[in-house]
This record gives sequence, structure tokens and C-alpha cells, in this order.
Amino acid sequence: MKRRNLLATAAMGVLLASGGALAQGMDKVKACFVYVGPIGDGGWTFQHHDGAMQVKAAYGDKVEIQYQESVPEGADAERVLTQMALGGCNIIFTTSFGYMDATNAVAAKFPDVKFEHATGFKREHPNVSTYNARFYEGRAIQGHIAGKMTKSNKIGYIASFPIPEVIMGINSYYLHAKKVNPDVQLSVVWAFTWFDPAKEADSAKALIDQGVDVIAAHTDSTAPLAEAAKVEGVIGFGQASDMAAYKDGPRVTSIIDNWGPYYVKRVGALLDGTYEQIDAWEGIAGGEVLIGEITDKVPADVKAEAEAMRDAIAAGTYHPFTGPINKQDGSPWLAEGETASDGDLLGMNFYVEGIVGDIPK
Amino acid sequence: MDLGGINPVILIATLMASAVPILLAALGETVVERAGVLNLGVEGMMIFGALGGFIVAVHSGSPVLGFIGGAVCGALLSLIFAALTQVFLANQVATGLALTLFGLGVSSLGGQGYNGIKPPPTGKLFPQALTDLPVVGPIVFGHDWVVYFSIAMTAVLWWVLKSTRVGLIIRAVGESHEAAHALGYKVNRIRLACIAFGGAMAGMGGAYVSLARVPQWVDGITAGAGWIALAIVVFASWKPWRVLIGAYLFGGITVLQLNLQVAGSAIPVEYLSMAPYLITILVLVIMSAGRKASGAPAALGQNFHASR
Repeated sequence: MKRRNLLATAAMGVLLASGGALAQGMDKVKACFVYVGPIGDGGWTFQHHDGAMQVKAAYGDKVEIQYQESVPEGADAERVLTQMALGGCNIIFTTSFGYMDATNAVAAKFPDVKFEHATGFKREHPNVSTYNARFYEGRAIQGHIAGKMTKSNKIGYIASFPIPEVIMGINSYYLHAKKVNPDVQLSVVWAFTWFDPAKEADSAKALIDQGVDVIAAHTDSTAPLAEAAKVEGVIGFGQASDMAAYKDGPRVTSIIDNWGPYYVKRVGALLDGTYEQIDAWEGIAGGEVLIGEITDKVPADVKAEAEAMRDAIAAGTYHPFTGPINKQDGSPWLAEGETASDGDLLGMNFYVEGIVGDIPK
Repeated sequence: MDLGGINPVILIATLMASAVPILLAALGETVVERAGVLNLGVEGMMIFGALGGFIVAVHSGSPVLGFIGGAVCGALLSLIFAALTQVFLANQVATGLALTLFGLGVSSLGGQGYNGIKPPPTGKLFPQALTDLPVVGPIVFGHDWVVYFSIAMTAVLWWVLKSTRVGLIIRAVGESHEAAHALGYKVNRIRLACIAFGGAMAGMGGAYVSLARVPQWVDGITAGAGWIALAIVVFASWKPWRVLIGAYLFGGITVLQLNLQVAGSAIPVEYLSMAPYLITILVLVIMSAGRKASGAPAALGQNFHASR
């Protein structure tokens, strides 16, 4: 009896959803968001929610926003996605890499609901699109500043999970630090979490205890900056969000994820009937990655160089991964003047030459 | 083990501070469980205390008041649990789990608007001259008062539980509530007091996260520390000093594995990441192996009503 009810509901959900999508364009779109952390993290999820609010601001009554915070990556995600699809969502944004398989699995069951997966690469069904931002462009600028500003020649990186997204950031950060400071040494700490303020603070402390004085974080909270603020002479960067509260302290610049324009564009396409499956990957040029204000702690000449790099990347005249670059084991990756292909970047599973340590498998 | 590049003095000093939240919460829970009550709401009480302490500290400007506020908040939340299980005789496991969910939700709601604010700093207790002494400086003198408080509480609870009348009554209630009742002790009132004490300790542990260790408020800040505390109580066989060892082991290996990563150790990161959980459990199991009784209070998790 219960199972029959469930099936009936599911069938109805499919019918309703397909009824909506058959029409050219829609009068009203229900856009749903799945967040990996709490909105109050001040970083990653905060920015996605900001994007969702921009959608609301852009379309007003024509759009209904629904979201769920702190959804674990794994089986729970599938349950949440199924519930959203049954609940009449027309488009569902899943905002973390770990939702990749869940997104594709649920998308198979609801062919008329649009799924948009952030930072992933699997598009197994025509209704799954992926979108990402070229954060490595921002990491290049951070690396440049890190290389110039470090006094101990030890720079650190708090990494979350060994996925291409993170490895790309580490490599870009290191390459650009090395370029301006050949003596620089990079220490990577794998926290194996996106969000655990205490552990992020501990990671930052471990780095500082061992003489690191520039810390980049690839986790979601502001805890590493709070830890850096306790020690004189240590600097760090805002991650995902501007983290402007630490402007007087360790934060010298930041990478800001600006998802709003993309969300507005996609929901708009659904409204006017021009929606298509895509694989979007915008960077500084597309306005999806913003570089937060560089503070006065950074010397004027370094600041000017960093801004010049930002503008060159935006203009398309400079690619952060431009050869010659060797892999960690010394084998060549990019020849002189060659730039990395998107495919290479999205599948990146190796460190570049000079980084010490192994990537966890 | 290769300690290349890692300064053991700094390591010990760091682990003492990073173990405080778990230690305080686990000590509180030890008393609660010794009285025969299983409160799985530690995580909820911790995060509620973390928020309460943060708000009090920010508005009053005093970190000490913040810690007291955290303790009061934790105790208040635990009284909900006490009312449900001791008065209405609800199932303790279910109520405890509900308390955790409730605490997480309420603190997420109440914490709106407190993101990105810095609390008043909790300073070191001893003057800089003492802290600068080699070796003993960072380890013995280099902490804020809560670290000393947590160690003192371990000693006090050990003494109270082992050699005082109050401790005897608490243990009696936890081992056989019917016998304690027959002797004229108010079982539910004693348990209620223990639950409130456990809540206060958990709340204070939470406040340490948001006021000293991180220090700021973010949603979900305790990130599962309460569950670790619960596990440590069991593996420590409900004995305060072993709780301290367990918390220091866990805190220590967590800090050590991060330091090993920074130092570029040859041990794969996967093993380092699971080491804190694995080694803590292993050591505490070995310590309690070979004894006849597991040490669990006989009436743990059972509700009591005088009519039975």
C-alpha cells in the first residue's frame, strides 16, 4: 500500500514536471538549491546562497526558491534530490563536487527536471548540466603575492579533498609563488573536510607552528584566518567569499565566487524556453571569479603586479598554466608556451615539479 | 616515529588546548552516565553552549562571563532532556538524539547575525616571562585559564566520584536505582542535578570552541566533537583520568597528524587522517581489557519511577 502510494506520487511528479517542460518557456520556475554546508559558513555555501538570492531579485514572482543546507554528500543527497524533484522543482542546483553521482542517478529518474551540478564532470543524461568557475586563476594571483610576501619562504595550503578542483588550485598557487621566489617551499595539509572550523584552525596552527607565514585555504570557513590573526606576521586569503571582516588582520586579498550571473542566466533560459544542456566554466573574464580588494599590507609594487596579472587573465592574454611545466616526477607536461587544455585541468591528478609529498589516493 | 621538523614542546602545548572541548564535555557526560543516565545530546548542548557563550561574551565584552553563559546555556538545554526523561520517563536514547538535533537547529537559528564578529580574546593566564621559559614555559604556563580548569575538573571529579559521599550516592543511583531509592535517596532529583552538571560542562566545552579555539561563530562549529566525547567516555570506562588520557590522545594525534603532513612525512595521508580515531580506541580498549567488569553503570539508560 505504502509502496503503491509512493509510486503513484512519483509518477504524478514526473507527469507534472513533464507537463511544465513541454511548453515553450515557463511562466514560473521553481529553482532549488542543495548546499553542502550552512549558509552561515561565510564562504562557499554563503556565496551560492547569495547567487540564489540574485535569482530571486532578478525575476521576483516568476521564480520560487527552495534550498536545503548541510546536506551530506552520499546517500542522503539522493534522498534530498528525489524529494525536491517530487516537490515540483524545475531546476535543481547541486553545489558540491560530492553530489556528482547522486545528481546523475536522480536525473535519470526525472528526465524533465533540469539538474545543474557544480564543479563536476559527469553529464550522463541530457538534463544534467555542469558548471564551474576557474578558481585556479585566482590561485595564481594568491601564489604571486605569497611568493613575494613570505619571509620564511614557507607557504601553506589547507586542502580539503584530493579532487582535480583542489589539486589545480595547489599547483597554480605553487607555480606562481615559485616563479617570483625560487626558494619557496609549499606545505599541503589535507583536512579531509569542507567545513570543520576547529580542524581548519588546527591545520592553520600546525602550519604556523612549523614556520609557514602565508596560508591559503581551500576549505569553507573563516577559521584559518582567525587562527592566522593570532600570530603577528602571518597572512592569508579570503576563500570563496571576501571574508572582509579580516581585512584589518591577516586577509590580504580573496577569491570571491560570484555564482549569481550564472544562476540568473540559467533560470532565465528556462523561463524563456532557450534552456540547453551545457558545460560552463567561466573565470575572471566571465565575472564568475572576482579578486577581492588587495589591502595595504601588500607593497604597492606587488599589488600592481597582482592586478596586472588579474587583468591579463581577464583579457585572455595570460593562462596560469603556461609551459614549460613538468610534472612532479620530472616528466614534461606542457612544452614552452603551451597552455593546459580544459580536459587536462579537469582531470588533474598530479602535482607539478617542485611540490613535495604525495596526493592521497 | 620521525619527529623531523616537529617541535614536541609546541605539540604538547597545542594538544592540551585542542583537547579542552572534548575533555570538558566528556567529563560532564561521565558524571551523567555514572548516575545511570545516557544523554546522547552532548553535541547539541555543546553547540548551544558555543553560541550562548559567544553571544554573552560579545555583548558583555568579558570572556569569563562568556564561559559562564555557555555553561548556563548547556545546562538549560540539558534540563529539557531531564524533564522529558526524569519526569515524563521518555526513552533516553531517542530524547538524547532529539536534543542534539534541537540544539543544532536552535543554535543555527539563534546564530543568525553573529557571523564574522570577533569575540573578546581569552588571554594567557601567566605573564609572558613565565611563558618564555624553555620547555615548561609553553607546556605548563602557556595556556588560558580554561585549560587549567579542565585539568583541575578531572582531578576534582575523580576525587568526588571515588572518595566522597556525594560520589557514592551518584554511583549508587547509577548502579541500582531501586536500592538507592530504598535507602531514601531521591533518584530522579539526583539524576536531574547530574544531567544539569553534564549540560553545563558540555556548554562550557562548546564555548571554548567558539571563544578560544576558533574563535568566532559559524554554523555547525562543533562539527561532531560531542560524539567523540561520548565515545571517549565509554572507552575510558567511565573514569575521569582515563577520559583525560583519551581526550589528550585524540587531541594530540589530531594535532600530530596535521603537523606530520606539514613536515612532509612519508606516511600516507589516509593513514594519518584515521590515526586519531584508531589509536584512541585502540589504546583505551587495551587499557580496559583484561578486567572483569566493563565498568558500565548497571542502571545506565534505564528510567526510574518510584512506583515500580
